[in-house]
Amino acid sequence: MTLASIFQMGVSIEFYMVLSTLLFCIGAVGVMVRRNAIILLMCIELMLNSVNLLLVAFSTYFGKADGQIFVFFIMVVAAAEATVGLSILVMAYRNLRTTDVGLFNKLNG
Amino acid sequence: MSLQLITALLGGVTVGSALMVVLSKHPVRSVLYLVLTFFLISSNYILMNAQFIAVVNIIVYAGAIMVLFLFVLMLLNLKKENEPKTSLTIKLVSVISGGILFTVFIAALKDGAVIASSGLLENNNQGLVENLGQLLFTKYVLPFEVSSVLFIASMVGAVMLAKREKQTID
Repeated sequence: MTLASIFQMGVSIEFYMVLSTLLFCIGAVGVMVRRNAIILLMCIELMLNSVNLLLVAFSTYFGKADGQIFVFFIMVVAAAEATVGLSILVMAYRNLRTTDVGLFNKLNG
Repeated sequence: MSLQLITALLGGVTVGSALMVVLSKHPVRSVLYLVLTFFLISSNYILMNAQFIAVVNIIVYAGAIMVLFLFVLMLLNLKKENEPKTSLTIKLVSVISGGILFTVFIAALKDGAVIASSGLLENNNQGLVENLGQLLFTKYVLPFEVSSVLFIASMVGAVMLAKREKQTID
């Protein structure tokens, strides 16, 4: 069964380019604005997901599956990053009793 | 309802819930908005006929990673009142620099002309499991195996970090 792509039905690729850029910039601003380390990690996940969205859009647009394999690997790396990041965060919280990244400058050695 | 309207609506809601991730004061609310964002992104994948990626996105991101975030939030027991505050100057500067980043990205993408390839025509089944599995276990089999090593390393690292050391706690 062959399904028609949405790009053949009139949705432009520029729409997904703008959407994923917007999501990436929201994630970047979130990293700069928020000081809670958990929300920082969540904003990084948001940025990774915006890249995934653009990769899938171009993969569908060009009819090649390689982009979706890369999305799969990005998900693998994001899962590994989230586990290690959160365990470091729990560790830091045990010692400092805060998740404020502004107060993490007291971690000397 | 036309397809353009559906995608525009979905995109608008996605951007709105991503904004709420950054703007909402309570961390748990932030996590829930991020789960909503992931579901909306998955619906975009389904529209683009990338069914495998859509399902994996829901299972891995909305199912596993965000539950991990929720568990850590529950363990840390953060209160709304001791949520760290950011000064107005930093907020202003970050919003301006984010806007500049957006402008630069859009300008760069606008110049890069997108040329429609011949693949645009008939084959739209590249997002199905059969096709992706074929590619994953032939062309990309080495990165696939290396990623399992990465998982082992991160698992060992997480266990080592989470283990309570006797001498560091008073």
